[in-house]
Amino acid sequence: MTATAVAPRRAGKARKGLRRGEALAGWLFTGPVLIILGVFLLIPVVMALWVSFSDWSGRGSPFSSGVSFVGLENYAAITTDGGLPTRDFGTALRNNGWYVLLVVPLQTALALFLAVLVNRAILRGRGFFRTAFYFPSVTSTVAITVLWLFLFSANGVVNEALSWIGISGPNWWADPSGIVHNGLAAVGVTQGPPVLTENDFLGLSWWDWLAGPSVAMTALILMAVFTTSGTFMLLFIAALQNIGSEIQEAAMMDGANGWQRFWRVTLPQLRPTLFTVITLGLIGCWQVYDQIYTGTQGGPGKTTMTPAYLSYTSAFLGQDWGQGAAIAFILFAIIVAFTAFQRWVLRERPVSKRRARQYQQPSRPSTASPAVAASARVPSVPEPTTTDPTKEDER
Amino acid sequence: MTGTTLSETLLLNQEAPRTPTPTRQRLLSRRIVWQILLYALLIVLAVIYIYPFLVQVATSFKTEAEAASDPISLIPQTFTFAAYERLFGRSDYPVWFANSTIVTICVTLGRVFFVSLAGYALARLQFRGRGLVFAAVVAVMAVPAVVLLIPKFLVINQLGMYDSYAGMIIPLLVDAAGVFIMKNFFESIPVSVEEQARIDGAGAFRLFWSVVLPMARPALITIVILSFQGSWNELSHFIVSTQSPELTTLTKGVASLASGQLSQGSQYPIKLAAAAIMTIPVAVMFFVFQRHIMNTAEGAVKG
Repeated sequence: MTATAVAPRRAGKARKGLRRGEALAGWLFTGPVLIILGVFLLIPVVMALWVSFSDWSGRGSPFSSGVSFVGLENYAAITTDGGLPTRDFGTALRNNGWYVLLVVPLQTALALFLAVLVNRAILRGRGFFRTAFYFPSVTSTVAITVLWLFLFSANGVVNEALSWIGISGPNWWADPSGIVHNGLAAVGVTQGPPVLTENDFLGLSWWDWLAGPSVAMTALILMAVFTTSGTFMLLFIAALQNIGSEIQEAAMMDGANGWQRFWRVTLPQLRPTLFTVITLGLIGCWQVYDQIYTGTQGGPGKTTMTPAYLSYTSAFLGQDWGQGAAIAFILFAIIVAFTAFQRWVLRERPVSKRRARQYQQPSRPSTASPAVAASARVPSVPEPTTTDPTKEDER
Repeated sequence: MTGTTLSETLLLNQEAPRTPTPTRQRLLSRRIVWQILLYALLIVLAVIYIYPFLVQVATSFKTEAEAASDPISLIPQTFTFAAYERLFGRSDYPVWFANSTIVTICVTLGRVFFVSLAGYALARLQFRGRGLVFAAVVAVMAVPAVVLLIPKFLVINQLGMYDSYAGMIIPLLVDAAGVFIMKNFFESIPVSVEEQARIDGAGAFRLFWSVVLPMARPALITIVILSFQGSWNELSHFIVSTQSPELTTLTKGVASLASGQLSQGSQYPIKLAAAAIMTIPVAVMFFVFQRHIMNTAEGAVKG
């Protein structure tokens, strides 16, 4: 191959010759990943898909002749039958929905906030702070759940700390009441309007859907934010350091204050990382399993039951393998839908294309010497009044 | 706490002829106030993040009665090693620890290599089907691990890897999120870096191994940390791929402790001790690599 690769290069087709063999290398490089993903992800997914349409009892192979196709029966059982499986699934979706709604924005904002705080060159002891914030992330979910069970126990650390400021904390792990309901009860609303209580979805009244995460789930939400913010902070820090300081300094020279620099210079350049963080956050949040397995096992009152854990219990404990797999696939669809949705939300909008281009132009400052970067028209944060597209485009 | 960095001072000095100076003083004093607020905020946050672990360690040295009556104090009144003696002397804890170590080391080494290879190919090598491969990897990233619990067990069983180290390690060798991260990183490295080596006749692997990979150190360290953590902390995969006590990992073991394998009482000192020891290796890993994480991206390409 080397011989053939050399010949065309001498013949002057430099580009083509230089890139020769890349196809093979490309497949070789991605091969191990593809094979392992194929065998341990793709094939199992196909098997699970079949199981979700079958009446497999968990004995023998799901492809054996004794297993028959039951169509959408398993899916119907958890979505439209209105029985206990439907109600359980609705409850699990409700719980996890609130979890996602609170955890994803909180963890992303907190991670970015921490990253910006500790990424300052001026900061003394930033290694210490960085370590402090990352530390919870290195702990396994199992270990941290054990710790959390202790911290939030009825006579635990959190309630003792709350008692100092005169609050008698709830019995966290035994309290199934939703925090939105509790908040409404505090202002005297204990019963929802009939339109909410009398109509239901997946066996759960709308009023119950709006209950909010239970007190027990809230403890888990706090735990998720606590443990994931450090990991995502690391990703943001890496991105921030890739940005380089030239643009920041140029913006500073242009008189942009810290707030403007953050929103107009830093954040647009963090878009890819933001996308990664929110995607990983969404995917992770819809799969809450380890902390439920280790900690609450779905209780109290099924308010920490999540689809992931319900799928596991249906299959492995309830022997309803088809339903378990069906739940898993609905969960899968939910995750894909959410990822697509947030991709759509975070897409580059045509309107802001020009703006985005302004910011992206110098986005690889490391390729250029500082002098070049400084002269490279660093557009950044012009004062609102002087924003003039034509001026920005002259080069 | 002077309030300005060297570079900011330089900037201010450079600017001096152009900007009127009187505002400078006010700007500086305002900056100092901000600095104090910033440090106060950081310290409060750091306490919130660290305190739980200090309490955890403290409680592991308390008696069970004290853990219940005085959970918040950091100094045990009766200092006891009972929890640790019980864990290491009269439980399977050492076996769990050894298993976690074996699995984690193998998985981390394999993952760093495979993931960066694939990330590089997807970022830089032009081959037919690249888009498809990437789409597949991204799609796979969205597959919830729990979807796979049942059939993963079947596949592992079919391949004769059930209840073996192979079954524990091989499925974890690859991580789609890692490929995603590496690909993003390689794309941020200027192409010009490789051009020279390519013109000198370096092949794809050589280009990857001796030119691009060394530059990817910050991303690699991220991957090492994530894989080490990921495999050390993995639970659900071990639930479905093993059953024998000799192959129990720390996560499985400690989870069984948490859900009440111990007979009576809440046993917080033992549970917290078990969880604390489990945290040490990943913590050490982090401290070792932390220095490298600090200086990323510097000196990738000059000129």
